[in-house]
Amino acid sequence: MKRTAWKYLSVRFGRLAVHVALAGALICSGLSVYGAGRPPATADHSKFETLKGPFENAQAVTEACLGCHTEAGAQLRETTHWTWTYEHPETGQTLGKSEVINSYCGMAITNEPRCTSCHVGYGWEDMRQSPPTADNAVDCLVCHDTTGDYWKFPTLAGHPTDKPREWPKGSGKVVQPPDLQTIAQNVGASGRANCGSCHFYGGGGDGVKHGDLDSSLVDPPRTLDVHMSPEGLDFACADCHTSWGHKVAGSRYQVNAADTLGIDVPGHTDFSRASCQSCHGDSPHPQQKLNDHVDTLACQTCHVPEFARGGVPTKVWWDWSTAGRLDGEGQPITEYDEHGHPSYLSEKGDFRHGENVVPTYAWFDGTVKYTLVDEKLDVNHPPVEINRVEGSPDDPGSRIWPFKVMEGKQPYDTERETLLATHVFGADDTSLWSNFSWPKALQAGSEMSGMPFSGSYDFIETTMHWPITHMVPPAEMALDCASCHASNSRLAGLPGIYMPGHNGNIWLDRIGWLLVALTLAGVVLHGVMRIVLKGRKPS
Amino acid sequence: MSRVMIYKRFERFWHWFQALLIFALLFTGFEIHGSYSVLGFGEAARLHTLAAWALIVLWLFAIFWHITTGEWRQYIPTKSGLFAVTHYYLIGTFTGAEHPYRKTTRAKHNPLQRLAYLFFKLMITPVIWLTGLLYLFYNDWPATLAGVLELETVALVHTAAAFAMLIFIIAHVYMATMGPKLTSLIKPMVTGYEDLEDTR
Repeated sequence: MKRTAWKYLSVRFGRLAVHVALAGALICSGLSVYGAGRPPATADHSKFETLKGPFENAQAVTEACLGCHTEAGAQLRETTHWTWTYEHPETGQTLGKSEVINSYCGMAITNEPRCTSCHVGYGWEDMRQSPPTADNAVDCLVCHDTTGDYWKFPTLAGHPTDKPREWPKGSGKVVQPPDLQTIAQNVGASGRANCGSCHFYGGGGDGVKHGDLDSSLVDPPRTLDVHMSPEGLDFACADCHTSWGHKVAGSRYQVNAADTLGIDVPGHTDFSRASCQSCHGDSPHPQQKLNDHVDTLACQTCHVPEFARGGVPTKVWWDWSTAGRLDGEGQPITEYDEHGHPSYLSEKGDFRHGENVVPTYAWFDGTVKYTLVDEKLDVNHPPVEINRVEGSPDDPGSRIWPFKVMEGKQPYDTERETLLATHVFGADDTSLWSNFSWPKALQAGSEMSGMPFSGSYDFIETTMHWPITHMVPPAEMALDCASCHASNSRLAGLPGIYMPGHNGNIWLDRIGWLLVALTLAGVVLHGVMRIVLKGRKPS
Repeated sequence: MSRVMIYKRFERFWHWFQALLIFALLFTGFEIHGSYSVLGFGEAARLHTLAAWALIVLWLFAIFWHITTGEWRQYIPTKSGLFAVTHYYLIGTFTGAEHPYRKTTRAKHNPLQRLAYLFFKLMITPVIWLTGLLYLFYNDWPATLAGVLELETVALVHTAAAFAMLIFIIAHVYMATMGPKLTSLIKPMVTGYEDLEDTR
């Protein structure tokens, strides 16, 4: 931190010069804003003989892709999109979808093939095994279809449907098999809808899980997301989540919470643009005082003032303990809240949804530690933290970040004092959604996950932190100073910060104002006496 | 009696511009402190910083002026007559007594004024400036300073000094009305001229 005066001046005024130059350039360019822009493609996939079809199934398309993109399959198998496991370099925990338990439907392993419908492959029906190894088991189309007609059917372990099928069950709506020929001839770079087809629907429905990722981002207005909006920059997810041999940058398990590399310059930095600083640098504001905040705050803290802003609600409370209640005729019940969002389902219990949700703030160094399914809980002090974000004000790598905090109640083993994986999905006699019996569903969950179950269970309150980083509105919609610098500060209660306007010393104020009042009173008294006694001559 | 220039042009400019800046600083400062919300925190902070820099520049000129003109001697404290002046403000003013001090161009402040202004110049203002600059450049503190000083301490001392400033101003403005007439003492601060008794 120690700086010489000259270095200090050069930094402070150097930045100013850069801003003046940038402002000048902006004015010269007629204040126009350019979209991300895509270079013209060097290949027209509709002209490839091998893509003329017809294709028997989606795997046949993959085979055609791999005929030219010879390394793509092997590359993809190396990624977390394929393995669903992640070795955390800081905590040593083995995480990933195949390992963690969450506060939504629990674990993926006890609910395939529903959960594996989002695996970037075909036919992972038994998660106790590794994903299928056949070359053609990789799903190219889910990421590279540009027609929007390719859809992995939710219950087919990653396959699209091969015949007309009803979905959702009982809705009367029929999903047609995709036209693989047209889709194969129209492949291209991943767009928002590609990534969104899984990431917008995590937790079992649109917007349920993340809060800052839902279908409203497919075609967002500028006010919802200044980067992704077609009215703005029209960014694809991949414009920030850059990839390297199919490995995509940006992890929720190990977040780059404080990117101090600044603007990413080829040859100098890490080629990853999955942070605000990658493009905006670490002193992006024309006002120096705002830049002075970047060593404490994540950009998102001010620039994502609320989440779930696109008209799609996100789940904020999920109480599994009430699931299984049936009506007089033994039929499952559905209840709705005043906004028309489901508030009770016999399959899932009680919910609360939120829109335009104000985030919860916490110090965060990027490391997320999980309570894994075999970990002993402190059952006397709920809520159980399903995951815990690390970080502290004393750590120079920590920043204050916004989070969605998911709350709810989920089953745990009262004897073993561990969380329990739930078998909710499946056309069998044991899944909760088929028979509404917790003991059966938990026993089945135990058998599928390999985790012991004593047979006695109860429900415990849990919380889970989801970092908020998307849905960035234009700068003028960012939080104003008084959102934090005020008595009812958004950051109230966070340790290690003194915020003018929020903090202070009550006794200094009391004594200060008392002395001011006494002075005023003395002055008034003195003045009144002068008036009353005016005209008296000395004797 | 003769009409003499007692407050020179620069002195008057300095006084009134300083008064304006201090009022602005107090108003914006207590908003930043969270005492009320009028301009909004961001605007208050911006104006507060602007006024602070203006006051610093003004003071650099004022210090130069005081040194080059020798006017700094006006603030050398003296015990002689201090009791009489204090007695006047506490009692004499009500009984119709004459102010015991006869000002001259070389000693235009009474002993109580000298003490008050000296305290203002050597205590309140330096403390406010030092803490204010530390506050403003908090992000650029060298590590050695950051290791021993908390922003909270700086903020609390700055606030305490602001209270002292507010109290000084209340008393100062009131006492400016205590001449023979309400405006007798204020008028020379505007025009520069005052009728002084011939001392020679």
